Amino acid sequence: MGDWSSIVFLMSAATLRVATPLILCAMGGLFSEKSGIIDVGLEGKMLMAAFFSAATASVTGSAWAGVGAGIVAAEVMALLHGFACITHRGNQVVSGVALNILAAGLTVVLGNAWFKQGGQTPALPSESRLLPLFFPNAGDNALVYVGLVAVPFTWWLIGRTRFGLRLRAVGEMPLAVDAAGISVAWLRYRAVLLCGLFAGLAGSYLAIAQNAGFSRDMTAGQGFIALAAIIFGKWRPFPAFGACLMFGLLDAVAIRLQGLKVPGIGEVPVQLFQALPYLLTMFLLAGFIGRAVAPKAVGVPYVKEH
Amino acid sequence: MSVARRALPKWADIVLLPLINIALAFIVVGVIVALLGVDPFHALKLLVLGAVGSPESIGYTLYYATNFAFTGLAVAVAFHAGLFNIGGEGQAYLGGLGCGLAILALDKYLPAWAMIPVAIAAAALFGAAWAAVPAWLQAWRGSHIVITTIMFNFVASALMVYLMVNVLIAPGSMTPQSRGFGSSGFLPILMGSTLNASILLAIACCVGVWVFLWHTSWGYALRTMGHNPAAAIYAGTNLRRMTMLAMCLSGALAGFVGVNELMGVQHRIMLDFQAGYGFAGIAVALMGRNHPLGVALAALLFGALQQGGAELAFDIPQITREMVVVIQGLVILFSGALEHLPRPWLQALLARRS
Repeated sequence: MGDWSSIVFLMSAATLRVATPLILCAMGGLFSEKSGIIDVGLEGKMLMAAFFSAATASVTGSAWAGVGAGIVAAEVMALLHGFACITHRGNQVVSGVALNILAAGLTVVLGNAWFKQGGQTPALPSESRLLPLFFPNAGDNALVYVGLVAVPFTWWLIGRTRFGLRLRAVGEMPLAVDAAGISVAWLRYRAVLLCGLFAGLAGSYLAIAQNAGFSRDMTAGQGFIALAAIIFGKWRPFPAFGACLMFGLLDAVAIRLQGLKVPGIGEVPVQLFQALPYLLTMFLLAGFIGRAVAPKAVGVPYVKEH
Repeated sequence: MSVARRALPKWADIVLLPLINIALAFIVVGVIVALLGVDPFHALKLLVLGAVGSPESIGYTLYYATNFAFTGLAVAVAFHAGLFNIGGEGQAYLGGLGCGLAILALDKYLPAWAMIPVAIAAAALFGAAWAAVPAWLQAWRGSHIVITTIMFNFVASALMVYLMVNVLIAPGSMTPQSRGFGSSGFLPILMGSTLNASILLAIACCVGVWVFLWHTSWGYALRTMGHNPAAAIYAGTNLRRMTMLAMCLSGALAGFVGVNELMGVQHRIMLDFQAGYGFAGIAVALMGRNHPLGVALAALLFGALQQGGAELAFDIPQITREMVVVIQGLVILFSGALEHLPRPWLQALLARRS
């Protein structure tokens, strides 16, 4: 019994550990998408945040300075995205793709120029990382709890406040919001900034909590898994949170099953588990498991009539 | 908005504005290079020399340009149909798998004149098949093609790792690579050590795409769908079939990256041979304004950047090869997402002069 409960405990802890960056990133993405701004650039924001948080933590020795720098880096990316998509009404997908590619290149170029370790940042000593708060073997650092709080917070902000009501309206029918005398652009900018905040936390988590430093392309598609989780959760905070936990569990199971032979099946390919979040999302998008309906105005730049 | 757009003369819209956008991207790159403590003009000189300074480097430049032309055309064809194919990465990967599998299966039996066309067809088929699934999901189930093609890149990557590590790995090999191809699966080398006959295929594809899009009725229907789906329906176009056609063509073009990389140079299936070309294709297509001639020119420029960037990284330790990736990102940002940024200034400038 004690054995089983400890396995369950460790497995849930492992799931939460892997799911935390997904949860943070997905909550950020929700704000953006709810306001009508597609965010394919979550990956790039997270990567940029991971790099700057690790670089700052390494130079200053302070984990929280690192988190701050990560947030600032992601916010700069978010503002660029907003400048292109809201102010200049550019294509939101193109902008997101550009930011992803920019982040993939710039983090390595800067990392190499500043630290001369082939694009990595120096390994962080434990005092400049975020360490577990209550359970040393569970990895429950402060950002894990932030992630858990982020979900009800997002739900409350989007679903229960005046700001959230307007945010949803601007993602469904910006013309109505504009007609009510509320600035579409300012609302969307605030949504994009909230997105940057959470993506920044997610990136910082990767670099200074889950790992001890930045390594090139360390996000490895997690921004896209977060995006998949948003779609899987049908653009609602708690279901998206559930999707993140499910994708995290898949990952944790894959790590445990690596190299193990399952009776009757043989060795399960780890790659199948890595591809499952994407495959499941495709099934959902195809309408085989319920229907995922995006905010109506998502991806459409708003042109104010003169 | 549309009135404001019409205010620019056509030559400014087609030539001047894109050039300004690209210039803005390169100014930002220059600033980054300067911040790294390197003289940007010195870096530019080294880059140009590295790209076109010797026959060997010209060969490399053209070899890289071949890949960019394939993925750039792939994105452009889909763009004309109003579809945004971000899946070039996965389609190129699968295209390589297709031609590789054909060669591994048949290289003992077929002579080169038969093997090469079969392998190229296999690359096109696999690339097209990988694009056909998102296309089908878009056409029949209404799933957003941007999301599904992104997802399929990751599925392709997982699939390839599985196949290379567990199935196709050469016996006794430590690295996940297939056995070497028989020589009937090699494309002839044209210049240096990497430039191979696939550049001819790329040129043929540029011409073919131009003929198809502007001089066939299917191409006309495809562009109509991209401009105005309602008008296309009214004209009797089957949008579902046209979506499938556009995406399959797009996927096949991306799949040819495998031909250049595997049949031309590597002569085996390996991991990540396509890395980055699929995404760079978006930059190439945007820069080339989705026209085959523009794509060809943009591909040459990106090929030169790739080769020159590698030489530059060799000469100046502060700069790494990823500088090229930064340039690609900035080009997509300025000539894609921020394409309207200089428009008001340009309009004001031209209006004052006339």
